Amino acid sequence: MKKFILALLCVALFFGVSAAGALEPVAPKDLKVGFVYVGPVGDGGWTFMHEKGRLEMEKAFPGLESFFVESVPEGPDSVRVMETFIRNGARLVFATSFGYMDFVQEVASKNPDVVFMHCSGYKSAENVGNYFGRMYQARYLSGLVAGKMTKNNVIGFVAANPIPEVIRGINAFTLGARRSNPDVKVKVVWIFSWFDPAKEKEATLALIDAGADVIGMHADSGAAPQTAEEAGVYVVGYNNDMSNYAPTRHLTAPIWNWGMVYETIVGQVVDGSWKSSDIWWGLKEGLVELAPISSKVPAETVALVESERTRIVDGSWDVFSGPIKNQKGEVVVKEGEKMTDGDMLGMNWFVEGVEGEIPQ
Amino acid sequence: MDFFVPILAAAVRSGTPILYASLGEILTERSGVQNLGLEGLMLMGAFSGFTVTYSTGNPWFGVVTAFIVGIAISLVHAFLSVSVGANQIVSGLAVTMFGTGASSLLGRKMIGLTIPGFSKVPIPFLSRIPVFGPVFFEHDPLVYISYGLVFFLVWFIFYTRPGLNLRAVGESPVVVDAMGLSAVKLRYFYTMIGGGLASVGGAYMSLAYTKMWGEGMTAGRGWIAIAIVIFAVWHPARAVLGAYLFGGVGAMQLRIQAAGTSFPAPVLMMMPYIFTILVLLVISIKKGRGILIDSPGSLGIPYSREERG
Repeated sequence: MKKFILALLCVALFFGVSAAGALEPVAPKDLKVGFVYVGPVGDGGWTFMHEKGRLEMEKAFPGLESFFVESVPEGPDSVRVMETFIRNGARLVFATSFGYMDFVQEVASKNPDVVFMHCSGYKSAENVGNYFGRMYQARYLSGLVAGKMTKNNVIGFVAANPIPEVIRGINAFTLGARRSNPDVKVKVVWIFSWFDPAKEKEATLALIDAGADVIGMHADSGAAPQTAEEAGVYVVGYNNDMSNYAPTRHLTAPIWNWGMVYETIVGQVVDGSWKSSDIWWGLKEGLVELAPISSKVPAETVALVESERTRIVDGSWDVFSGPIKNQKGEVVVKEGEKMTDGDMLGMNWFVEGVEGEIPQ
Repeated sequence: MDFFVPILAAAVRSGTPILYASLGEILTERSGVQNLGLEGLMLMGAFSGFTVTYSTGNPWFGVVTAFIVGIAISLVHAFLSVSVGANQIVSGLAVTMFGTGASSLLGRKMIGLTIPGFSKVPIPFLSRIPVFGPVFFEHDPLVYISYGLVFFLVWFIFYTRPGLNLRAVGESPVVVDAMGLSAVKLRYFYTMIGGGLASVGGAYMSLAYTKMWGEGMTAGRGWIAIAIVIFAVWHPARAVLGAYLFGGVGAMQLRIQAAGTSFPAPVLMMMPYIFTILVLLVISIKKGRGILIDSPGSLGIPYSREERG
């Protein structure tokens, strides 16, 4: 009996391997997927949401096997991790942070029959694609809500690190806030860390003392919402619905939904239709979303969010469409023009209405 | 004043976890043992304190658990560095690695949960004193306990017999042994108590400062605490100054940004580290001139009875 099972396994293994060309269809039970994570899965933020996506993907494809290595430095170590994945039979590798870009290229060139998907990068190859989300769209919608709910016309923003992704988010949030309330100012405080609950709390308190009565955030813990709840000011979360940290004060949150990307890509690899491409999906595809809006928000604002969402989703308008002025009041994007994806990805200036500096 | 009072209050708040860890390390190092495991101990304290508070609903149980967990982990460090005579730096680093790894592994299920934790308890009358009241007496109970602890440790270390023994064993274990006391037992005891205090410092972060658990949430404060011990030249009262200075500068740079003043934040963030380097510099210059510096003479040197004389 044992020999029989062994023989069966060998046959299965043989077919498994032979059927695994990158463009040939492969059954989910023969597909192994590896994930390289930059942080711990328990960070409650970035990596946590990718892990959630991985689990959703596993559920969608019964029999599929996936594994991950967490807290992988964005250096040569990542090569070792990816090569281990491939030795263990991975046919598809997701590298979930910007800094893996060149290492993905290196491993991919040596393993042409393995598919690589790199999150937030811009280098591709025959077997390397990129994926990222237009978080700014959801941030804009959350800004509409924040702008409506402030009474002091001062919104505080707890910001992690000064990189284009964060700056783009603050700008989109500010554009949204000023759309629903043109007098709004958004004060930015940089904490220079992705995850430091204590610092996130202090930054929130500093903003509240400086007059902010709504708090927005781009950081990975729930400390800002928790502090806002204690202080009695409204808060817009990030990453996932953070209302458990601020049950009465959480307005909404721009959130990630990586599961749909992972399911789509695995689906393409399974049916053999995968081709290298750059995925930058937004509200339309559902990669970014807005968490449920609090019942404290007036119906007219909810309706405004819906109508803005509609014109973003149908593609008739996008957040960075002119006229857009910078902090000095100079027009950067002219009326009738729209920023290109390339310009958005390298954004390093604040729009009018943001109070704060981008450290150089 | 409206600008500075909140900064000073924030300095106390954010200095407290560092203060607990520094006080613990002062005890440990005064006995002649160096424990570089503070970061790991704090994380284990933050995690275990949070877990117990979450399941029992009582943050005091969390604090006690953190203290016991810290003692238990430091027992291993004490065994390695006192009984075995292993390299204390390596053993301490191992404690940090263990604490970081174990707390993140065991803490998975605690992510995203919240607890009521400790809340602010303004002290009647005292909290109404202008400036001093809001700065020192509008905090949670763990902050007040840390005040008491500082006074107690100053008295204990410098004005009591057991305190003299503690200083003696850090200075010269041979002498302590000759006095008929056990240098080994003393070092075990203070290493464990010191570790327990560091762990309570971590619990402060997950029970009082922010009421949540997240992997690596101490974000390097254990290392800062070690720097503070040097800054304080092994004196509990100066550790207060150091811890609040670190906390205050951190709070100040955030508030300067919020006020819209254009002062380069990274420069401010460097300040505490520059201070520590300056202190190190002063210490080594003074040492060179033969001026008496109150640092434990046998710090980091394993002691074995057989080898004496």
